[in-house]
Amino acid sequence: MANPKAAEAAIMRSMLGRARGLGSAKSGTAHWWAQRVTAMALVLLSLWFIASALHLAGQPRAAVLTWAGGPVTATLLLALVVATFHHMQLGLQVVIEDYVHAERCRLASLLVMKAVVALLALAAVIAVLKLAFAG
Amino acid sequence: MAEFTLPANSRVQVGITHKAPAGAKRVRSFKIYRWNPDDGRNPQTDTYEIDLDACGPMVLDALIKIKNEVDPSLTFRRSCREGICGSCAMNIDGTNTLACLKPIDEVAGDVKINPLPHMPVVKDLVPDLSQAYAQLRSIEPWLKSDTPAPPDGERLQSKDERAKLDGMWECILCFCCSTACPSYWWNGDRYLGPAVLLAAYRWIADSRDEDTGARLDALEDPFKLYRCHTIMNCTQTCPKGLNPAKAIAEIKTLMLERQV
Repeated sequence: MANPKAAEAAIMRSMLGRARGLGSAKSGTAHWWAQRVTAMALVLLSLWFIASALHLAGQPRAAVLTWAGGPVTATLLLALVVATFHHMQLGLQVVIEDYVHAERCRLASLLVMKAVVALLALAAVIAVLKLAFAG
Repeated sequence: MAEFTLPANSRVQVGITHKAPAGAKRVRSFKIYRWNPDDGRNPQTDTYEIDLDACGPMVLDALIKIKNEVDPSLTFRRSCREGICGSCAMNIDGTNTLACLKPIDEVAGDVKINPLPHMPVVKDLVPDLSQAYAQLRSIEPWLKSDTPAPPDGERLQSKDERAKLDGMWECILCFCCSTACPSYWWNGDRYLGPAVLLAAYRWIADSRDEDTGARLDALEDPFKLYRCHTIMNCTQTCPKGLNPAKAIAEIKTLMLERQV
């Protein structure tokens, strides 16, 4: 932190005014809760996906297509993709808010990050659909 | 961006050494952060060799001995010397604590003493806590009730209602916890920090207070409350053995409870 005397010279607003700032954003709970819910979902979905991948390892392409073409499998794969990228987006937002302090830079980083994650998620969804409908 | 290195004029340099008096048998070195706003120099770490046979058992005893007998320019806050005023909060041996409650024997090797981390320094071991005090004021830490108090007595609580305040009323506002929290270091201008959130929950949990909803409204913010990432440094460092991390978790639980 800067020298308090230097800070005082630049900012004459009272400490209480600065502490109250722009007030409460009246949000944050949904973000915090979604992070925990997606984490819990990912524990189960990831275990299922790892077990399936180990089971499929070494098997021919036809066996993989049969597996991925099942409606339950395709649904769970899509759920895994959605939960993974939603969780990733929530977590990276926290990292950016923690460490990027310049307002415009923070907003730009958040927008770029969310766009990249959304595109990755869409690509993953299309990959699952292509696999599901390939057979 | 978050500051991971000190600016050039804040880098701590090696200072001077005050030798122990001849004949001293049980000598310990105290390495103490020194900075004077008036001399225009960088901070430095001065070493004071103290004969423990001629010194009280606590770190604060050594600081007072140094100020009285070795170097009267050493500046620090202290008052009650029994862990109730919170004045002598500082970083000793890498952990924020109260100098009056920290036995010298508990420190292995040299006793390293620094001001509370990441606060502006006024001088030597005295941090500027104005921001933390203003944040405490901003959560309005007093009873708010529309129902008037009974004309013939005080507002009553059941024993169970009173028990909910245990572990919170004991906070002495030394700010060891807030200044140990990385989230408070990086975003202390917007994040309220564990000490202030513990104080906020103390009023949210008080059965006599009727402003609970407004108190939760004021805290529901990605920065004021949700910068807490459950790092737990606050609970680990609290010299009074309190659990600010649990109080913050209780606030988050209430935020959810009123939505489901």
